[in-house]
Amino acid sequence: MSAPSDSPRDAPPAAGPLARSEAEQAWSRAGWSDGDDRRLTRLQRLTARFGRGTVIGVPYLWLLLFFLLPFLIVLKISFAEFRLGLPPYTPLLEWIDGTYLQIRLALGNYQFLLEDPLYITAYLNSLKVAFFSTVFALLIGYPMAYAIARSKPSLRAVFLLLVILPFWTSFLIRVYAWIGILKNNGLINNGLMALGLIDEPLPLLNTEFSLYVGIVYSYLPFMVLPLYATLEKMDTSLIEAAADLGCRPFKAFLTVTLPLSLPGIVAGSMLVFIPAVGEFVIPDLLGGAGTLMIGKVLWSEFFNNRDWPVASAVAIAMLIFLVIPIVVFQHYQQKQAERAEES
Amino acid sequence: MTDAVLQAGAPGPAARPEGSRPGAVLRRAEARPIIEIDDVVKTFGEFVAVDHVSLTIREGELFALLGGSGCGKTTLLRMLAGFERPTAGRILIGGQDMTHVAPYDRPVNMMFQSYALFPHMSVEANVAFGLRQDGLPKAEIRDRVRQMLDLVQLAPFAKRKPHHLSGGQRQRVALARSLAKHPKVLLLDEPLAALDKKLREQTQLELVGIQERVGTTFVVVTHDQEEAMTMADRVAIMDSGRIIQVDTPHALYEYPNTRFVAEFFGTVNMFQGDLIEDEPDHILIRSDALANPVYVGHGISAREGATVWVALRPEKLAISRTRPDRAHNWDQGIIEDIVYLGGISTYHVRLDSGALARVTTQNLERMAEPDITWDDRVFVSWRHDNVVVVTG
Repeated sequence: MSAPSDSPRDAPPAAGPLARSEAEQAWSRAGWSDGDDRRLTRLQRLTARFGRGTVIGVPYLWLLLFFLLPFLIVLKISFAEFRLGLPPYTPLLEWIDGTYLQIRLALGNYQFLLEDPLYITAYLNSLKVAFFSTVFALLIGYPMAYAIARSKPSLRAVFLLLVILPFWTSFLIRVYAWIGILKNNGLINNGLMALGLIDEPLPLLNTEFSLYVGIVYSYLPFMVLPLYATLEKMDTSLIEAAADLGCRPFKAFLTVTLPLSLPGIVAGSMLVFIPAVGEFVIPDLLGGAGTLMIGKVLWSEFFNNRDWPVASAVAIAMLIFLVIPIVVFQHYQQKQAERAEES
Repeated sequence: MTDAVLQAGAPGPAARPEGSRPGAVLRRAEARPIIEIDDVVKTFGEFVAVDHVSLTIREGELFALLGGSGCGKTTLLRMLAGFERPTAGRILIGGQDMTHVAPYDRPVNMMFQSYALFPHMSVEANVAFGLRQDGLPKAEIRDRVRQMLDLVQLAPFAKRKPHHLSGGQRQRVALARSLAKHPKVLLLDEPLAALDKKLREQTQLELVGIQERVGTTFVVVTHDQEEAMTMADRVAIMDSGRIIQVDTPHALYEYPNTRFVAEFFGTVNMFQGDLIEDEPDHILIRSDALANPVYVGHGISAREGATVWVALRPEKLAISRTRPDRAHNWDQGIIEDIVYLGGISTYHVRLDSGALARVTTQNLERMAEPDITWDDRVFVSWRHDNVVVVTG
């Protein structure tokens, strides 16, 4: 629309403004002027903002109601003291004589966590179990994801379905099924004895072994799926290019496939590691009495000791222990990604 | 149809009339073979991708495999690279049987259509990748990488990651990477397909320049007839897994051996006819599409009465308002369309038989008034030595 004013050299100076006003007239005759245009976009912008707000707002509201608020309640209880009654803890805010408001922050629960080695040992053990479970899940899940991603496209959907299929059964039932497999007169021991390979049952259940079997089995799909997603979209001509340039298959895997699947490895490991740290059901059912994991400690504080304040402190401490390294890690990852973008 | 008409520009200024490089062709005539493909067959299940292909490519040649999609050209190239194993036949590279040798043990390198640059490595690391596999000393790798980046004029971009480069720059990194190991043969799979038209034309000549400088044998797969003409010393035209003709671009254009080649390689007016007179010194062909018989001043190897095709290149037809003074090699019709392309114009003449003839003329004079216009009645004629007769 500003074409005439864009090329003043072509037109005599006097014709410039005239031409422009003519053009403007033509535009407004056609029902289009700059003003109209702006009003239209403002309206559009408003609806767009509203639409975006709704789409983002709903999940935010959900998280606020069902995550942040409960979390704040737990935080509040962690600063209270145990008492007999309902609720079984002292209030945070209290009117004294009806004249002044008293805030009581009891830090003793956190101090107690540090004093009793049970809690620190349980935390460290949980981290250890989660770490090795993640490593095992990666060692098993990577070849699985790789094989699925490299299989025929028609077969991929079937394999993926097989990975997801266990989810259709209750998690609890699947863990109980492992008891049936691992117990002294269970599937494995009976089978081995029938074959005459062993004379008495191997102690499989309620050991570290059964604990790892349970966790790795339960969380394996969370490792396989993100790995599959990264491996599947990888350009296979990259591997061909590596081979073409004289790189043998295993080295091509190490120098090309593995580094390019790093995002999948990170995502899968996070999805296994984080829930594994706080896992309660599997150590309780498969891990036996000796297994010390923070989820179990938390549960017994809540339900056996009925000490809500200490239990809440355990939960908050676990969250901090977990969140801080994750945030630091994420921050580092993002920085690295940005650096990669820039270079 | 429109595409075909636009490509009528092929014999125009862009084409090289005498092969691509006459000197090169002479030099290569005595060069020894670097690739020998011996009766190679490749099937995928029921589908025959490459069907008994035999081909010899000489050292230092820029050779093009040309054909439409699914003609087997890429499968053939991938067999040279070692990504596919032939179902039958042998492939010799530099005199050695490479039929069942793995890609990483072959003295050839490939430039991929997608470029296949390693996205997590810098330009430098990409180019160095092949040299590292050979375990060359670091200093030598550094020198070779610098040399290659200079060759493709990308030295300032050595530290960048591939996704920070333009399409043309990526293409050059891919070239540098595949040339870095000094392969005996460089295989290029549609090397310019991802570039836009302008850049493609410029890069064609650049590639030829680089090939001449390094002296490596290039085997280029392309579906673009003009690209093959611009770049290659020799072109193999493929269709349904078979090689139809192997020759210089000039010979393919002027002496096509089949209808397929004549139609695929450039634009052509094709008329079906019967051989009515076959003498050692001339033949006569009668076609339902043409009012007068076609006279050709040499004999052909076909029986009298056989069905033949007369192939006439648009630029070898002449158009005029005056009736030619002879009994053959002309026809008349109405100008149906005129396509003005600047350097040349293409006239679409609807012959009285209903057939269409395309005639291109060069617009030599700037001020010339076009004396032939729409709906004019014109005469189309051609010289007898410009007629190509094919039998199948």
